Amino acid sequence: MNVRGAIAIFTNELARFFRTAFGSILSPVLTTALYIVVFGAAIGKRMDPHQCGGASYGAFIVPGLIMLTLLSESTSNASFGIYMPRFTGAIYELLSAPVGVLETLIGFVGAAAMKSLIIAGIIMLTAMLLVDYSVAHPLYAAGYIVLVASAFALFGFILGLWADGFEKLQIVPMLILMPLTFLGGTFYSVKMLAEPWSTIAQFNPIFYLISGLRWTFIGHSDVPIGLSLVCTLGFVALCILVIAFIFRTGWRLRE
Amino acid sequence: MGEPILEIHGLSKTYRGGVRALDNVDLAIHRGEIFALLGPNGAGKTTLIGAVCGLVKPTEGTIRAFGEDVRHHWRSARRRIGLVPQELAFDMFARVDHAVEYSRGMFGCPPSKARIEEVLRSLSLWDKRESKIRELSGGMKRRVMIAKALSHDPELLFLDEPTAGVDVELRRDMWKQIDTLRDQGTTIILTTHYIEEAQEMADRVGVIDKGKLLLVDGKDAIMAKLGRTEASISLSAPLGELPATLRAFPLSLVNEGQCLLYRGGDGTGKGKREIAEVLRLLVEQGIGFDGVETRESSLEDIFVDLVENRIEVAA
Ligand SMILES: Nc1ncnc2c1ncn2[C@@H]1O[C@H](COP(=O)(O)OP(=O)(O)O)[C@@H](O)[C@H]1O
Ligand SMILES: [Mg+2]
Repeated sequence: MNVRGAIAIFTNELARFFRTAFGSILSPVLTTALYIVVFGAAIGKRMDPHQCGGASYGAFIVPGLIMLTLLSESTSNASFGIYMPRFTGAIYELLSAPVGVLETLIGFVGAAAMKSLIIAGIIMLTAMLLVDYSVAHPLYAAGYIVLVASAFALFGFILGLWADGFEKLQIVPMLILMPLTFLGGTFYSVKMLAEPWSTIAQFNPIFYLISGLRWTFIGHSDVPIGLSLVCTLGFVALCILVIAFIFRTGWRLRE
Repeated sequence: MGEPILEIHGLSKTYRGGVRALDNVDLAIHRGEIFALLGPNGAGKTTLIGAVCGLVKPTEGTIRAFGEDVRHHWRSARRRIGLVPQELAFDMFARVDHAVEYSRGMFGCPPSKARIEEVLRSLSLWDKRESKIRELSGGMKRRVMIAKALSHDPELLFLDEPTAGVDVELRRDMWKQIDTLRDQGTTIILTTHYIEEAQEMADRVGVIDKGKLLLVDGKDAIMAKLGRTEASISLSAPLGELPATLRAFPLSLVNEGQCLLYRGGDGTGKGKREIAEVLRLLVEQGIGFDGVETRESSLEDIFVDLVENRIEVAA
C-alpha cells in the first residue's frame, strides 16, 4: 500500500475544507440551532415525555439533528471531493499515480468523514448551549457516529462518481436523503405516527440509523440497537462492494 | 542505444462508440532518449500516452515499462513515470507549492522541501510558490503542471503537446527545459504536431495517423531515407527533351520545357552534389540557364507526404 499517497490525499482534502471552513461550519451550526430553537422551544412544551423515551423533547431531537448533519455533510463532502477532479480533469493525476482503491478510500472518504465529524462535534457543543442533554452510552455514541459518517462518505463517493453534472450531485441529497431523514424520525418517534405510516416508516433505512443513534443518547429507541447496527454495517459493506467493483472495471474513471 | 525502457506490442484501443484510436501499435523506447510522437489532431497520440499511464484501458496488446508488464506491476511502474497532460487541470485555488507537494506525496515520495524548491526554481516558479494557481499566467500554469509531474523524479516523462498554444518565447524555454531533463537522464516521450519541435528536440520520431504508427526512426535516418533536394533550373531556351547525358539523373522537364526540375538526393548532401554535376553538364553542352533555385525538404514535407499518401491509399 502507498501510505504516503493516502496521507497526501487525506491532508489535501482536509486543507481544501479548511480553506472554506468558516462557511462550511457556520451554516450547519446555524441550521441546527434554528431547529432546536424553533422545534424544541415551540413544540417541545406540548410533547409528552413518554413519547420521547422519557427525555425532554429538546434532548430527543439532538441525535436526530446530528444524524441529519452527518448524512448531508458526509454525502456532499465526499461527492464533491471526487466529482471536482473529475470535472476539472485533475483526476488524471490520481489515475496515473500508484494509488489503488484503499488509498483512495482512506484519502477521499476518510477526509470527507473527518470533515463531517468535525462539524458534528461542533453541533453537539452548540446543542449543549441550547438544550440540557446527556449521552447515555458515550462510547457507543462515538463509535456509531464515526460509523455513520463513514457510511455516508462512502455513499457520497459513489454519488460523486456516478454524477455527470452538478445537478445530479445535489438532487440525491435534496430529493432522497433529506426527505428520508425527516420521515425517519428526526423530530418524532415513528410510533407517534398513525397506521399505515408507522409501518411504511419501517421500510425507510434511515429510520434504523436515527433510532440507533438515539439509543446511544437517551438509552431508549424504536428498534433494538442490534438491528440498527446490522443495517448500518450492511450499508457500509454494500458501499465498499460497489466501490471495489467500480475500481475493478474503471467505470466513470478510465476510458 | 540503451535498453528499452518501454515496450509496446500490438496495442489497440477502440473507444465506446467504435472509434479505433489505436490500431496495432508496436513501439520500443530506449532509455535516455527523447522520442517525438508526431501526428495530426485525432491521430491517437493522447490515447497512446493514456494507455501507458493508466488513463485508458487498452482493448488489446501489452505494455511493458522497465521490463515489467504495467497491468500487473502498475504500482512500481507508475512511481517511475510522470505525465504532463495536454490540458491544464488542477485545483485552481490551491497554492503552487502545496499542489506540487501534493503530487509528490501521491506518488509515494517522502516530503522534501529541498526537492520541491529545486523543481520550482528550475521552472522559474519559486517566486510564485505562495500564489494561488489561478492567479498565474497561462505559461506559468503550464509550468506548474510540469512541476507536479517532476516532483517524484520520474525516469520516464510524458509530455502531451507541451508547447501547444504557447508563445514562441515560452516554447524556446520549454525546449531548454526538456534539454536539461535529458541531460539528467530522464527519458522523454513528447507528442506534437509541430514538426519544427520534433526536428529540434527529438532523437527519434514516430509518425502516427489514424491510430497507426506509420514510421519510427532516428530523426537523421528519416531525413536520409525520405529527405529530398529539389532544384528548379530556369532554361534560357525551352528544351524538347532531356539530353541523353542527363538521363541518369532524377530530372524532368516542366513548364513546356522551360524549366528543368531535379528531385532527388537523400538528405545527406547527395542531392546537392548531383545538382552541381547537372549544372556542369549543362554548361558543357552549351545549354544556357538564367537561374537555379534549390530547396531541402524538411521533416514537415516528409510528414505531409506520409500522411497524405496514406489518405490517397485509403480513398
Ligand atoms: N474518451 C473518448 N471517447 C471516444 N472517443 C475518443 C475519446 N478520446 C479520444 N477519442 C477519439 O480517439 C481518436 C484519437 O484521439 P486522441 O488520442 O485524443 O488523438 P490526438 O491526441 O492525437 O489528437 C479521435 O478520433 C478522438 O475523437
Ligand atoms: Mg492529444
